Amino acid sequence: MSYDNNRGGLWGRLRGAGLGLVLLVFVAGILFWGGFNTAMEWTNREAFCISCHEMEENVYKEYRNTIHFSNRSGVRATCPDCHVPKDWTHKILRKIQASNELWHHFLGTVDTPEKFNAKRLQLAQNEWRRMKGTDSRECRNCHNFEYFDYSIQGRRSTRMHQEGFSEGKTCIDCHKGIAHQLPAVDQDIGSEKGGAAPEVFHPTEAKPAGG
Amino acid sequence: MKNKTRNLVVALLATMSLGISLGVQAADSVQSLRGRDVSAPELDTGGYVVPKDHAPTARDYVQQPPLIPHKIDGYNITTNFNKCMDCHSWTRYRETGATKVSLTHFKDRDGKELSNISPRRYFCNQCHVPQTDAPTLVDNTFKKAEGLR
Repeated sequence: MSYDNNRGGLWGRLRGAGLGLVLLVFVAGILFWGGFNTAMEWTNREAFCISCHEMEENVYKEYRNTIHFSNRSGVRATCPDCHVPKDWTHKILRKIQASNELWHHFLGTVDTPEKFNAKRLQLAQNEWRRMKGTDSRECRNCHNFEYFDYSIQGRRSTRMHQEGFSEGKTCIDCHKGIAHQLPAVDQDIGSEKGGAAPEVFHPTEAKPAGG
Repeated sequence: MKNKTRNLVVALLATMSLGISLGVQAADSVQSLRGRDVSAPELDTGGYVVPKDHAPTARDYVQQPPLIPHKIDGYNITTNFNKCMDCHSWTRYRETGATKVSLTHFKDRDGKELSNISPRRYFCNQCHVPQTDAPTLVDNTFKKAEGLR
């Protein structure tokens, strides 16, 4: 009843203004959110990734020789498909972490192939760790092993996939260096070449109990 | 000045004609096994299919490097990493079920035994190759070595 009494009065006018304000904030919110997401997606393109010559000169050139770049059916996995999570929460977290990469771009930490190769092991391990930690989430955006048809997989893949999964392994445990060149790994051929220990490449972990 | 220019033109023409005639000669004399000039684009570029993974193929002649019974697309052998040795080395073959590298590969060129694979064996596909369904290039009467039949 008291509301009715105040209609058209000071409170009513305030209420009118408030409604306008709410509407304004709402529209501004849509615009801001749309703009923010558009800007974020704009950085989520291959063209944006290779606009830095660190990426264009090193990892992109290597990637061009692999099946994720060119294949019989033309389905491609571009940089963000593997390196940026798809769902919003993890994507925004990864984007925030990427500010460190931006920082090192301006510092010129890996701006020559020589500098890049000197850091290759560390960079690769960062990515292997990230993939391992998320059970190779970005691989599984396309390769869902629950739908593997082992009857049409090759002999080796059929056996290794099933063994690997029963041991609790994830894609990146075996599929390293599939889109970029690998860092030097010592493989016991001739004298030591000063690469990473084989355990770095094939970490031996305790199998999960009952696995 | 005029003379110089004329000489230059003559020299250029001479070089070019020599180059062309040499090129024609070379193409005439060297033919590929598929019956084309080596300089011409290949008549039949691939399209050959590597058979699906299968059990190791038996050898056809003594000392034959065993054939690769699977695809090797994208399996790189670089200074940093030898993809073949990721499965076929002695440290890896048990886990992967692959054929292990022969102990003959542990010898250096002087026949001295080494404690690991000799670097001269680094490039696996210099000797070991996968097969395709390509037709034989020349008719032949090749038979499997007697002792291997």
